[in-house]
Amino acid sequence: MTLTRRGFVAASVGTTLMPALPRLARAQAANTIRIGVLNDQSGSYRDISGPYGIQCTHQAVQEFGNKGFNVEVVTADHQNKPDVGANIARQWYDQGVDLIIDVPTSSVGLAVNNVAREKNKPYINTGSATSDLTGAQCTPVTIAWMYDTYMLAKSTGGAMVKAGGDSWYFITADYAFGHALERDTTGFIKAAGGKVLGSVKYPFPATSDFSSFLLQAKSSRAKVIGLANAGADTVNSIKQAAEFGLMKGGVKLAALLMFIPDVHALGLETAQGLVLTESFYWDLNDRTRAVTERLKPRLKDVKPNMASIANYSCTLHYLKAVADMGVAAAKGSGVDVVNRMKAMPTDDDAFGPGKIREDGRKLCPSYLFEVKTPAESKAPWDYYKLLQTTPAEEAFRPLNEGGCNLVKS
Amino acid sequence: MDDIFGIPAPLLFGQLLLGLINGAFYAMLSLGLAVIFGLLNIVNMAHGAQFMMGAFAAWMLLAWGGIGYWWALLLAPIIVGITGVILEKLFISRLYKLDHLYGLLLTFGLALIIEGVFRNEFGSSGLPYRIPPELSGAWDLGFMFMPVYRGWVVVAALILCLTTWLVIEKTRLGAYLRAATENAALVQAFGVNVPRMVTLTYGAGVALAAVGGVLAAPIYSVNPQMGSNLIIVVFAVVVIGGMGSILGSILTGFALGIVEGLTKVFWPEASATVIFVIMAIVLLARPAGLFGRA
Repeated sequence: MTLTRRGFVAASVGTTLMPALPRLARAQAANTIRIGVLNDQSGSYRDISGPYGIQCTHQAVQEFGNKGFNVEVVTADHQNKPDVGANIARQWYDQGVDLIIDVPTSSVGLAVNNVAREKNKPYINTGSATSDLTGAQCTPVTIAWMYDTYMLAKSTGGAMVKAGGDSWYFITADYAFGHALERDTTGFIKAAGGKVLGSVKYPFPATSDFSSFLLQAKSSRAKVIGLANAGADTVNSIKQAAEFGLMKGGVKLAALLMFIPDVHALGLETAQGLVLTESFYWDLNDRTRAVTERLKPRLKDVKPNMASIANYSCTLHYLKAVADMGVAAAKGSGVDVVNRMKAMPTDDDAFGPGKIREDGRKLCPSYLFEVKTPAESKAPWDYYKLLQTTPAEEAFRPLNEGGCNLVKS
Repeated sequence: MDDIFGIPAPLLFGQLLLGLINGAFYAMLSLGLAVIFGLLNIVNMAHGAQFMMGAFAAWMLLAWGGIGYWWALLLAPIIVGITGVILEKLFISRLYKLDHLYGLLLTFGLALIIEGVFRNEFGSSGLPYRIPPELSGAWDLGFMFMPVYRGWVVVAALILCLTTWLVIEKTRLGAYLRAATENAALVQAFGVNVPRMVTLTYGAGVALAAVGGVLAAPIYSVNPQMGSNLIIVVFAVVVIGGMGSILGSILTGFALGIVEGLTKVFWPEASATVIFVIMAIVLLARPAGLFGRA
């Protein structure tokens, strides 16, 4: 009997999708744009986007209003499995979904990337951090809307080295994202004259006890432990590092990818003083506060983070491009839609004005935050102090260094 | 500094100790599974979910009722145990005459439903649960920094495992239980209410999982999938120890925790796989498991 829980769920996804899709295909009208939100709705990355990312997409559709065509949102759970994600993407594109967005978990993000290229359909990734999406694996139909490993490494990693953390040890999730994040951060550490004393790669997603790895990191005598992971793994790492007294011993933790729901899960008592990078904070300025207020009926007690609200931002921009070029043309070619989106400047309340580069990278500023102490925080979700802003043009990897074949040198 | 196989000795001792702590969780969970399988012949796939419910019950008692850790250690297993009794009465008791596979599928389905409900209600990133003040802090053992709480987990697990083993092997109640698994009809003929005993056994097995959950709450974040990562490993532990063997599952739990801890030093990428490799080898050499009777 080799039935595992995840295997069983994976097998049942196919069966649950089957009744939904023919109906969808039958109902396909030439005048309806379908957006597929593909993300983690049951695993460790659920709270980062998941149901909240879907709600943000609906909000964008609502605010866009009716410009002569209908918009439908369909959703699915990829369970952080590349094969499940790629299969759903292929079925969706074949059966009339015009755009796939979100797709956290870099291994899944890269798998869906190949499907989108093959089908010539637009694909906006807001959840995967691997910088390869706009580098070696860039495609003319792919846009990377949010953070990537280079941007995180530069902002958080760069700041830590500048503050004196010149020797590092990595605790890395053993898959595409963890590897890319470790690689890009190592680049910045070395460029700033620091050194990496070692790293340990742990099995993802089957690890919940990090004490062994933390102890190995501690015995390396590195000044900074770089957490090249995300979601529940980061939460557990930090919680256990506190338990083993690592921070009291003078070791600094660099949570290279962390979101506000992670801080919420840790509680300020444990999370205070951590330094992290996001491109969005709900309490950053009047526009972010306004969009957060509008989302309140949908998200209830939860505040959006850079990943969930990126779905709002990219959906708005895509719909503007569709309205601009017409539904028929938009459905015709993924390359054309994405080129139109690249030609139009982006602007919304979440991220302000920006643009999309020819390699598919959407540019926006990155913000370095410090987590407030319990005394400084006045209300739930009042968590961040802004330390530093990296302007959009400097936040990401320079265009000619990514190795993307769309970039003409 | 002395090196053992290229690893500094203090680091190695630290890892052994951590392995023992994780082994304590494996032992506690596989013990409950072994009790349930041994006496009910049910492969309880919901065990991970019930472990998670134990942790959530502790959190709810604190957040909603202001009831602290020590009372939670007593109350959470009772609450979760009662839900186990209800499940047994409503569903599981109907399956005893059927093949194992039906029990496995039923409890597996229940686990998915329970986890789904908790995920809908509480999200996936977890809830904070503080270490009780009496057990916070740490001892400096020289070779490592040992949180007091983790030491307590090992002690508590050992006490719990030994007590359970004693009850089943050395008391009259345990004798009834063992007799009922051999020949339920005969035991019933002697005037023992076997169905009620079986129901309570399931409740007790579930309560064991819940104690594990309460102990785990301050270490891991309390989240709906905390049991699902563990349950597959724990099943491997039960299979290696020998299905239904109480002592086997306790010893195997601790031993595999240590093996896993060492793997995390020598080959971290394989640490999630090593237990299954051992399981395959054991099944080839001794299909009934290390302590099982063929």
